[in-house]
Amino acid sequence: MKITRRAGLGLALAMGLFGATQALAAEPLKVGFVYVGPIGDHGYSYQHEQGRLAVEKHFGDKVKTTYVENVPEGADAERVIRQLASSGHELIFTTSFGFMNPTAKVAKQFPKVKFEHATGYMRAPNLATYMARFYEGRYASGVAAGRLTKSNKLGYIASFPIPEVVRGANAFTLGARSVNPKAEVRVVWVNSWYDPGKEREAAEALMAQGVDVIAQHTDSAAPVQAAEEKGVWAIGQASDMSRFGAKSHLTAIIDDWSGYYIARVQAVLDGKWTSTDTWDGFDKDMVRLAPFNPSTPAAVRDEALGVERQIKEHKFHPFTGPIKDQSGKEVVAAGQIVPDSDLLKMNWFVEGVVGSIPK
Amino acid sequence: MLRLELRPQASRTMTFVAPLLAIAATVAAGGVLFAALGFAPLPALATFFLSPLGDLYGVTEWLLKATPLAIIACALALGFRGNVWNIGAEGQLIAGAIAAGGTALALYEVSGLWVLPTVLLAGVVGGAAWAAIPALLRIRFHANEILTSLMLNYVAVLLLAWLVHGPWRSPEGYNFPETRMFTDSALMPLLVEGMRLHVGVLFAPLVAVVAWVILSRSFLGFQIKVIGMTPAAGSYAGFGPNRVIAFTLMFGGGMAGLAGAMEITGPIGQLVPTVSPGYGYTAIIAAFLGRLHPIGILLAALLLALTYMGGDAAQIALGVPLAVTQVFQGMILFFLLAADVLIRYRVRLSLPHGARR
Repeated sequence: MKITRRAGLGLALAMGLFGATQALAAEPLKVGFVYVGPIGDHGYSYQHEQGRLAVEKHFGDKVKTTYVENVPEGADAERVIRQLASSGHELIFTTSFGFMNPTAKVAKQFPKVKFEHATGYMRAPNLATYMARFYEGRYASGVAAGRLTKSNKLGYIASFPIPEVVRGANAFTLGARSVNPKAEVRVVWVNSWYDPGKEREAAEALMAQGVDVIAQHTDSAAPVQAAEEKGVWAIGQASDMSRFGAKSHLTAIIDDWSGYYIARVQAVLDGKWTSTDTWDGFDKDMVRLAPFNPSTPAAVRDEALGVERQIKEHKFHPFTGPIKDQSGKEVVAAGQIVPDSDLLKMNWFVEGVVGSIPK
Repeated sequence: MLRLELRPQASRTMTFVAPLLAIAATVAAGGVLFAALGFAPLPALATFFLSPLGDLYGVTEWLLKATPLAIIACALALGFRGNVWNIGAEGQLIAGAIAAGGTALALYEVSGLWVLPTVLLAGVVGGAAWAAIPALLRIRFHANEILTSLMLNYVAVLLLAWLVHGPWRSPEGYNFPETRMFTDSALMPLLVEGMRLHVGVLFAPLVAVVAWVILSRSFLGFQIKVIGMTPAAGSYAGFGPNRVIAFTLMFGGGMAGLAGAMEITGPIGQLVPTVSPGYGYTAIIAAFLGRLHPIGILLAALLLALTYMGGDAAQIALGVPLAVTQVFQGMILFFLLAADVLIRYRVRLSLPHGARR
């Protein structure tokens, strides 16, 4: 009993001290980040964490950043976001779609705090949105995959049937078929953003069907590792995963949030932050291709890099017609470009995709 | 040598002292852990245990988080007392959320005071129906309910995912996996303006009382206890286990379903692919931490809820990595369960047999 009471006193004292140090540290701009996964996933959350570290490095003492990882997309998210808002964070990035409604609710309660939500569609005067055109990277990597496949069977490990993922699989397929009309893409849904076990199983199932290039829209390096063992090509997700597959890692579609995060923090420091809707890609280096595997044939590599440059310079758009859907019906006429508003809610597969969207 | 000796009777003093000892041990070991990682121990502990409750918002969030844990754990405890191992509360919670969410969507255009009770009732029925599957399999085919109830959790997760990705998807949601936001008629009334705490928190003590009455004041409770202690004794006394199996599984399922219904009509406000951060699993810990007694479970649910909020607070205020807060949460549970040994055993200092001569 005695021990407990004394500890209680100590705690109360410490609370006082703790409060004091917080008040002193209120000077730098406090920036908060909420991640859906663990920062060690080597994929999506890892890349956001790299962005946060870039902010710290760039601004030094002028900012103080905080992150909360592995936040479930449910009732808990709102509390975490609100805790960040009420503890002096002036700019808060919530990095997963499931945080949209909680972010919007907290944004309403904290009009002076600036919020940025990745991949969503709700905006407010103090709530901006941002997203990357990952599909540009998927198209360019698809070009290389279409050239490299011998079986004409490509595999695509997909997470959830949301527009972003459907768009990515379509872009990959369009890229592959632009150079190899016989290529087909087999899509496997694993219903998770991060589940190394399931992702590996999906990779093995695809390889058993004769797939010889595997792309993924899930965050672990397990598919790359599985491909390395079987000696087939794999395309990494979110970060450069080449250390997981020295022979098999063809390239990766890198999400690079550093530039965006630094720009947004700078805007707050300058008092120029406004609620915006950002959707950048190759052009702003928000999406990049990782260096190609040294054993990639030079012609294949140069062709993919050429496509990357074309997209980067806005000379080519991956979703340029003619585009047919799975039933062979022409959905986009020759020369037409699918507008962003349709890309944002895409829920149909293009011709060449084997698999269906759960409905 | 330290030796454990079985007490003739469980110690009443230790029932109360053991948790305090555990807390003291946690504070000490936690302090060492934080110090070893370069965080000042006292502020770290204060952040963990006190800062989440520093204001009204924190307290309301604490109760909000503890509510589903307490409701589910109180109901599960009845089954655990009677040797019925329902590990499927997570799936039953989701099934309840699906039934409640479907009802709320069906009544989307309707307003009225009866809408919310209907929605909640649907949740209870949905959860109970989901739990009826392992009950039936156990009674009819002697299938182990640990496995069947556990595996149905994954089925429920996928069923919910299919519904929100497909037929129940919001028409205004850009094809993202979510239903429409429920209308006010289907939302839990708030207890405090501007906070998320809703009237559902009152169900926690209510379910605890109901569970207590059933267990200590009803013939059914007597049957549960007898079968829990010696399954054979029940059949000698003339009652088989089937009634206990069916009741405890479906009561647990119904209450998990209620918790699920209250999550989606409370803090979430719509059906989304993830409606629970694992309350159905954590409730099992809460049940045992509370020694399967309703009062103990209420306290255990509060403690567990606090450790989760403390984990968030430590990440936000101090930058303590999530893994460290999880180790710390594990330590709390470890010490609490370890200290329980003192209730039934006493520690004796004695020489080992070989050294006695």
